[in-house]
Amino acid sequence: MKKRISRRDFLRTTGALVVCFSAAACIDPLAIAQGPFDTHPSHIDPDKLDSWIAVASDGTVTAYTGKCDFGQGMYTVQTQLVAEELCIPIHKVKLVQCDTSVTPDQGTTSGSQSTPTNFNTRNLAQAAATAREALGGMAAQRLGVPADQLTIEDGVFSAKDGRHVSYGELIQGKHFNMAVNPAAKRRSPGEWKVLGKPVPSLDRVALMTGTFEFVHNVHVPGMLHGRVVRPPESGATVGSLDEKSVQHISGLIKIVVRNNFVGVVAEQQWQAAQAAKALKVIWKPGTGLPPQRNFYDHMRTQPSRDAMLVNSNDVDDKLKSASPVLGATYSHPYQAHGSIGSSCAVADVQADHATVWSATQSVYPTQHGVSTLIGLPLDGVRVVFVRGAGCYGLNAADTVSYDAALMSQAVGKPVRVQLTRQDEFISENYGSACVIEQRAVLDTNGAIEVWDCETWVASLGGRPGYEKPGNVITGMLAGFDPETITPRAAAEPAGELRNGNNAVPSYMRGCVNDKCAGAGSIRSERVLMHSVKSPFFTGPLRSPLRLQNTFAHECFMDEISAHAKADPVAYRLQHLRETRIIDVVKGAAKAANWDARPSPKPGAARTGKVTGRGIACVAYEGDNGYAALVAEVEVNQASGEVYAQRFVISHDCGPISNPDGLRNQIEGGILQGMSRALGEEITWDDRKVTSIDWESYNTLPLGIQVPAIECVLLERPSEKATGAGETAITLVAAAIGNAIFDATGARLREVPFTPERVKAALASRG
Amino acid sequence: MAAISLRVNGHVHAVDVDPQTPLLYVLSDELHLRGPKFGCGLAQCGACTVLVHGEVRRSCVMPVSAVRDQEVTTLEGLGTPEHPHAIQQAFIDEGAAQCGFCLSGVILTAKNLLDENPKASDEDIRDATGSILCRCFAHTRMISAIKRYQRSRA
Ligand code: FES
Ligand code: FES
Repeated sequence: MKKRISRRDFLRTTGALVVCFSAAACIDPLAIAQGPFDTHPSHIDPDKLDSWIAVASDGTVTAYTGKCDFGQGMYTVQTQLVAEELCIPIHKVKLVQCDTSVTPDQGTTSGSQSTPTNFNTRNLAQAAATAREALGGMAAQRLGVPADQLTIEDGVFSAKDGRHVSYGELIQGKHFNMAVNPAAKRRSPGEWKVLGKPVPSLDRVALMTGTFEFVHNVHVPGMLHGRVVRPPESGATVGSLDEKSVQHISGLIKIVVRNNFVGVVAEQQWQAAQAAKALKVIWKPGTGLPPQRNFYDHMRTQPSRDAMLVNSNDVDDKLKSASPVLGATYSHPYQAHGSIGSSCAVADVQADHATVWSATQSVYPTQHGVSTLIGLPLDGVRVVFVRGAGCYGLNAADTVSYDAALMSQAVGKPVRVQLTRQDEFISENYGSACVIEQRAVLDTNGAIEVWDCETWVASLGGRPGYEKPGNVITGMLAGFDPETITPRAAAEPAGELRNGNNAVPSYMRGCVNDKCAGAGSIRSERVLMHSVKSPFFTGPLRSPLRLQNTFAHECFMDEISAHAKADPVAYRLQHLRETRIIDVVKGAAKAANWDARPSPKPGAARTGKVTGRGIACVAYEGDNGYAALVAEVEVNQASGEVYAQRFVISHDCGPISNPDGLRNQIEGGILQGMSRALGEEITWDDRKVTSIDWESYNTLPLGIQVPAIECVLLERPSEKATGAGETAITLVAAAIGNAIFDATGARLREVPFTPERVKAALASRG
Repeated sequence: MAAISLRVNGHVHAVDVDPQTPLLYVLSDELHLRGPKFGCGLAQCGACTVLVHGEVRRSCVMPVSAVRDQEVTTLEGLGTPEHPHAIQQAFIDEGAAQCGFCLSGVILTAKNLLDENPKASDEDIRDATGSILCRCFAHTRMISAIKRYQRSRA
């Protein structure tokens, strides 16, 4: 009889020593060798302390988290968190990330939500604090001294008389058997010994020495290799298939077809790659694509699902009677996640259970998706997170996990699927294309009286979540429908403003039913958002919609201040009323030694190289982090090339968990933002995507003149911790666009700012 | 298929694969090495970089037969976690990575350049890394790490 391994056994048998060198080696004894395991979601009850923390008899602590690390530093910083709350050194903490059989379901690791989720009042932090207090109670009993008279250091409680007892002696490897206490007292930033310190990332030595295990390195005994054969053009479906075309390829095991999903499985990766290339599929053509040339206009004519975010109901009247009405339209292209490593996953699907090693951001939702796709009950599917290349959102990690599951099921053996670069570019869910139209009216003093904003967002699919495997390409090819847009007119805003997409500019009051949650002072305000159907799959890409919206808002603010002949910093401050965003604007201006005057720069030459400075600011998602960024650029007016020379950012994310990790995120975010602002754009012809590798999709290589980046970190220890991974990137296109305007008087309203577009804008200067 | 003899990180291996198999697949799938990685398979990104006789090569487009009996060094062949090579130590000290997937190209290319030309200028460094991609854009720290290694050799 197969032994059913429960989580309880898992804790008992492996206790606090669960971290394995190799993911496959780690799983083997549990899943592969011993059969089904207990994965019912309720089995890992987030209200139970034992779901989060296990203390072994040697005093080491295993912590289970549903938020994982893709290189953004969550592994290190969550380890710090547990060490801090439990008053133990970092090396005594083993963190187990995202595994549906052992970690609580924390949904998806995304949207700068991991720090707010696990560091504030719930979940991991609260569990660790509960454990510390529970151990304190046990120590008090053991030593016969009230808990508040004990001191605690390195996992040892001491009484004044010198008697002491360690965690390991108290708990002896047993369970706590208690609930997470929402009132357990957290250690305050003033007491911090481990958090708040620039702890070097824990993965660094393994990464630099090439010993770190990525999902690409997972090897399972008997593993075969799969490759996908994607439709050559959007919407194409399988007509027929010539199996003879691959007969000559040695090692070929199977051609796998499921609806429009096609893949090949072979003994070796090279054989699979050759088979995928050679396999002759007759595809029935799709319906074609709307021309890229006028795609932004096309978006505006599509049926849409509308949402009104704020509406003071006086905007139309005021626009009608005002003169002039300032207006501008901004557009942002589809962009790719473009992970440096094409996505990879390994699946082992057996008759009654399956294991998938995946770099997904969402192990639990992926478990549901795989279960639906292969028709196994949910508790027979285990999804284990193993890190992939940096993903920056919904890259192809989810879809390749489905690919691997389908192919493994077809051959009854473990299969590793490596997407090619071209597969990756046509398999991922792009960041949405957006059009943003802005209008404003100034009062007699030159202040903004009315701001009106209308946005069109192209979307299709998205995160599969628990229900929608068709939201990514593999699920769709296998016969599941993606989420689509049901057109609907906008209802009037209700409840309270939630500015999660930064659709509402910071300068608006943001009033809904007399509650004003915006950061600014403009009373006549309206924001209307249209979602339209995208011809391509879309999904969250680092700072989804926040970046596109902020680009349009912050550039328009700059256009208005130029019209008002005001300094862009002073003019922003004039319209802001939320302290935290005001402070970052002032902080960045001060650190950058901001040259206070209206833009463009007076007396700039109309030819040759010129320089300028621009600023942009954001209250990320309304209240999940604050930053202001100054960019200094040089524009070559002959070639249209833009060089960013220096960035200065002022950043407020509440208490800082790890200043070194934070700086790393900010620096990377700024340069990634620069690459996106200057060159990145998905392109297509009338039938297919044409940006399919690193020659057809621009990215700034390592060998660029790297701009200087200065970070001013504002500490706010008494505030709640916010996200910090996406704040900086949100500002870059706007700050660069504003700096180009300052340098040249030419306004770039379409991302990316390619040399051709810069030259066109220069040529159309008045 | 005849066995092909390889010398990788000082060890001799015989692998029984199609001679046209890209070296990368042999290193990853047969020898289970983790340093060189599949980024693009098109010689466009550098993630698969190895040293062949000390020269920088992109293993994703190099048939395994081309390195028969030649000394191949991967990122894990430079140093070990216990005793990292000086350039690996420089990257550790600077924390010069986010996801770290691109590091074979970054570290081996910089090492090759600075070992051949210890006085390489900033421009030389930019030239050498002009077709290496890091999509996390850890550029700031990577350049600092490269310069730290350069100083350590001076
Ligand atoms: S994987 Fe070889 S250069 Fe990209
Ligand atoms: S560190 Fe992620 S690609 Fe370079």
